Amino acid sequence: MERKGADILWDTLVHAGVEVVFGYPGGAILPAYDALLDSPIRHVLARHEQGAAHMADGYARASGRLGVAIATSGPGATNLVTGIANAMLDSSPVLFITGQVPSWMLGRDAFQEVDMTGITLPITKHNYLVSEASELGHVLEEAIYVACSGRPGPVLVDITKDAMQQSASFAPGTKPVRLPGYRPDLRALPEEFDRAVSMIDEAKRPVVLAGRGVLQSGASDDLLAFLEKTQVPAALTLLGLGCIPASHPLNLGMMGMHGEAWVNLAIQEADLIVALGMRFDDRVTGNLAAYARGARKIHVEIDPSEINKNVQIDVGIVGDIRETLQRLMSRVTAKRRDTWLARIDDMKGDSAVRDIQSLPDNGRLLAAHVISDLWNATQGKALVITDVGQHQMWVAQYYHQETPHRFITSGGLGTMGFGVPAAIGAKIARPDEEVWAVVGDGGFQMTAAELTTCTQEGLKINIALINNGCLGMVRQWQEFFYSKRYAATKLVNPDFVKLAEAHGLAAWRVEQRADVRAAVERARLEPGSVLIDFRVEQEDSVYPMVPAGAGLEDMIRRPSPIVETSQSDW
Amino acid sequence: MLTEVTGQKALARLQVLAVYVEDLPGVLTRVASLFRRRLFNIASLTVGHTDQPGVSRMTIVMEGDDADALRCEANLYRLVNVLRVENVTHLPAVIRDLALVKVRCPVSARREVLEVCDVFRARVVDMSLDAVIIESTGTEDKIEGLLDLLRPFGIIEMVRTGSVAITRGVDALSVDPQFVHATVPEAVDSSDGGQGGTNVL
Repeated sequence: MERKGADILWDTLVHAGVEVVFGYPGGAILPAYDALLDSPIRHVLARHEQGAAHMADGYARASGRLGVAIATSGPGATNLVTGIANAMLDSSPVLFITGQVPSWMLGRDAFQEVDMTGITLPITKHNYLVSEASELGHVLEEAIYVACSGRPGPVLVDITKDAMQQSASFAPGTKPVRLPGYRPDLRALPEEFDRAVSMIDEAKRPVVLAGRGVLQSGASDDLLAFLEKTQVPAALTLLGLGCIPASHPLNLGMMGMHGEAWVNLAIQEADLIVALGMRFDDRVTGNLAAYARGARKIHVEIDPSEINKNVQIDVGIVGDIRETLQRLMSRVTAKRRDTWLARIDDMKGDSAVRDIQSLPDNGRLLAAHVISDLWNATQGKALVITDVGQHQMWVAQYYHQETPHRFITSGGLGTMGFGVPAAIGAKIARPDEEVWAVVGDGGFQMTAAELTTCTQEGLKINIALINNGCLGMVRQWQEFFYSKRYAATKLVNPDFVKLAEAHGLAAWRVEQRADVRAAVERARLEPGSVLIDFRVEQEDSVYPMVPAGAGLEDMIRRPSPIVETSQSDW
Repeated sequence: MLTEVTGQKALARLQVLAVYVEDLPGVLTRVASLFRRRLFNIASLTVGHTDQPGVSRMTIVMEGDDADALRCEANLYRLVNVLRVENVTHLPAVIRDLALVKVRCPVSARREVLEVCDVFRARVVDMSLDAVIIESTGTEDKIEGLLDLLRPFGIIEMVRTGSVAITRGVDALSVDPQFVHATVPEAVDSSDGGQGGTNVL
């Protein structure tokens, strides 16, 4: 049966299980929007295409399924770009659909024409320009397959207006996807596997580094079983948080720039590193020349191009983390490693004393206290989405993740403005869960218009606005590395309570620690979305901190409350 | 032609990659863009059809050591339209450049120019009163040598293709490509067009 290209678009998505798309209409994409009215797919109208992109990304991360964002040609499409790059850097399966000018106008600088496949070439896993209705359905099936398989990632399909208006016949799901050059299913060479097993057995001071790949392959239980059998402790990347319970004795915590001191020290002292589904980002390794010099390294990754990219690897194992762990599990020897674990325990030193949670309430509201209290009040069970900056690191440190898939954050790209729209996408993916977006006052304002999207969609999300009146992380860098010359970091903010109310949210302000918990409780009882404006200490910094480019052991520790430091304003 | 080149990297040398790609619009851009953004330097790149419809073959000469070549190979495989990559640097292979050189050549110099061509087994493919066009195939070194001898006569213009490479012997490039650090499992089932098996929750 002949159908219009626009109908083929939605038919194909419905067949692939898509239930909701996030988008913004416009000229070139109008045929698709017209056909959308006859489709069962729910459309969420963002207030800016970047918001739609982050919503689709948040939806993908919260659901573990494909997210879909749709926009028109030209400015609509370019507004997606940050969101596409964000999905790329964090390997998020998102399908981006953009309208394009009619095929006969292509290449002539037509109204609202941009070369979208050209622009997104380096920030998509793959992309397509479709100018024939007869190709559309098959391209979409390919695109969805590529986005979701192997190492997931964003795929863009740019569709000319006439391809949506022409008719063609297409039956979704009847013709198999055939991509002769695409190998999402590579497997480790057997000899590499053998070497990995003996290296693990021989290691005296091994550490597992677990990243987002563990979560994406659903390998949490397998990892835990592996760790318990081998008694190897694990450090987690920011995006790996939650892959094993924070409270587990073999979970050291987050590694890297703002990881706890003992985590980074353990990595530096290790004689073996087993990296699982992580990519040795510079925020994780610090100075590469000084990184884990005494350790042999095993890298398990689904993407072969990550192996030996940043760190010289001894054994590279290509494959799915879960499958690899299951194969390793049957071959590695059960061991006790008490000496090593005790040594790591020693490294903790006075960290507990320095921890901000041990600091008494001195009347100033500290962001870390807000997040710690939020964790307590929600029993650590909320689905937490952050923006980017200091608050993000404090959430990573103090909103302890006991179960997988409850923490969504922009890691690789570090996209300010991600928090609120991603929380909207996450809430739509998991409507029955309590959703908290923890955002800073800087990033929040980049996509604050999406508050109205919450209201229009009747969503209940809670926003904890960590408001320190400045761009906190940038200010911290200026304090540490630019002689406290605070260039362009002070913010004159709007009245966030009024702003939220104007968008139809309930909102109020909290200035004392004593009021934090009650505010969280009140937010949970409110039927609609809520914004709490937490007025926190301005000159507060995230510790520990490994300065960019420094070795992992050269961290700036938390100031000790016992030994008075010379920098009393820390 | 695989001479040591001086650069920032110790023992950097030229790597020769044979790359099979799908013959689709934009594939050359994808490959070139990959080299640019990963900071691999292309010394030369040639593309042409193969005897298989829909498949093109590139010969890419890049500056770098063996580790760079492996990294490049793995990144090429990330491109959906790249079918096969083989590093032929260390394989017995025939590697050729083609050059067309237009040389100033009045009648008085003709004999000398023809002698040079003879020694280098280059062919004169066009001749006018004042100039000849010389065609030469060979290794980069041989062509450089020819150019050195032609330069005194006056090179008016010239064009070179960059290297093309093919391995020696009866075997084509291996049927089962060895992927970087990996193999392909026995049965490849990519018929699952939907999202099956990708729900990570």
